[in-house]
Amino acid sequence: MSKQAGILKVIHAVSEIPNDPAPNESLFDSGTLDSFTLPDLVTGLEEEFGVTIPDSDLVPERFDTVTKIEAYLDSRES
Amino acid sequence: MAYLRAFGCYVPPDRVDNEALARRTGRDAATIEKTTGILERRYAAAGVSVADLGVAAAKDCLKRAGVDAKVPGLVLFSSGSGERCFPGPAAEMAAKLGLAATPAIDLPVASAGSLIGIAMAADLAARYGNVLVVASEIMSRRISDADADTAILFGDGAGACLVSHDDGFARIEDTALFTDGRYADSLQLPQGGTLLMKGFDVIMQASRKIPRSITDLLAKHGIAPEDVGIFLMHQANLNLIRKVATTLKVPEERFFRNVAEYGNTSSASLLIAAAEWWATVKAPLTAPIVLAAFGAGFNWGSVLALPA
Repeated sequence: MSKQAGILKVIHAVSEIPNDPAPNESLFDSGTLDSFTLPDLVTGLEEEFGVTIPDSDLVPERFDTVTKIEAYLDSRES
Repeated sequence: MAYLRAFGCYVPPDRVDNEALARRTGRDAATIEKTTGILERRYAAAGVSVADLGVAAAKDCLKRAGVDAKVPGLVLFSSGSGERCFPGPAAEMAAKLGLAATPAIDLPVASAGSLIGIAMAADLAARYGNVLVVASEIMSRRISDADADTAILFGDGAGACLVSHDDGFARIEDTALFTDGRYADSLQLPQGGTLLMKGFDVIMQASRKIPRSITDLLAKHGIAPEDVGIFLMHQANLNLIRKVATTLKVPEERFFRNVAEYGNTSSASLLIAAAEWWATVKAPLTAPIVLAAFGAGFNWGSVLALPA
């Protein structure tokens, strides 16, 4: 499974929006994520990708699009 | 060793429903209910002080404990909404209770203040005997209708808890307190101003930190979340309480909730909830109790109490 596919899997697990968001579509503007679902997304990403995400990284800007999430995960792995 | 001996509370009689707030803030009533779970809140009348509400809650607590007002050897008073920078409401309330020499200390840390008070009382009871923890807030004077996100949340009220060194219905087994000052600007009441809250920061951090605090404390004592009899949590927002319950994989009914009736009364909310829960308890406890709170600072933590 590609990284983007894994990210979409987590997004669908925490959001009620059925469609796949475009890679650069704002997940907050579209209503896919909000302040209550972002912590779930982060926990899901931790479990899916085996990374630890510190609380201090929980800022919407890092997780606003699938592309940004992928870049963030790359930075955690490097 | 320290025990939870009694809880008490007081809320002022004036009710403010969502329709009234909708007229003031422009936020429609249905949205207020959906996003917060709050139906109404209480506001203190003009001329009533934070200490006045605290006195009423303290008297209720001492009456329920069956002890005289002179019994506390120490008073810890939590409030983020006191009328003065100093002295805080602790001294005024102690005087109104007739305590002329008993140390009365302010804890001006807002929402997590009552939890911090109980945790400190657990350690100080060995020295002072009975420690009266009071939390009182008049948040209605600290909000601006121009900031609807904040104005719709808050109400006024007071709660109290008597922590005793030798008697009570539950033994305080352990406490865990935390502070992360990197978020000091995320939730603050500037001098002379109104409450400023970055709701996104608060919800996101609280959603992670509260469950972690609880699970770590329980794990330290070999207790699973599902084995806890009741969770008494700061009543910030119904959706946040539900989220913590979901994260802990505990039915949300296990969390006592009265945020719909009183809104977020900051540090008072934990003790008001505890007092209303305790009033329903008719038999000796058989399961652990967990208290938890999160607020400005950020300060957060949890307290574990076991049946005495």
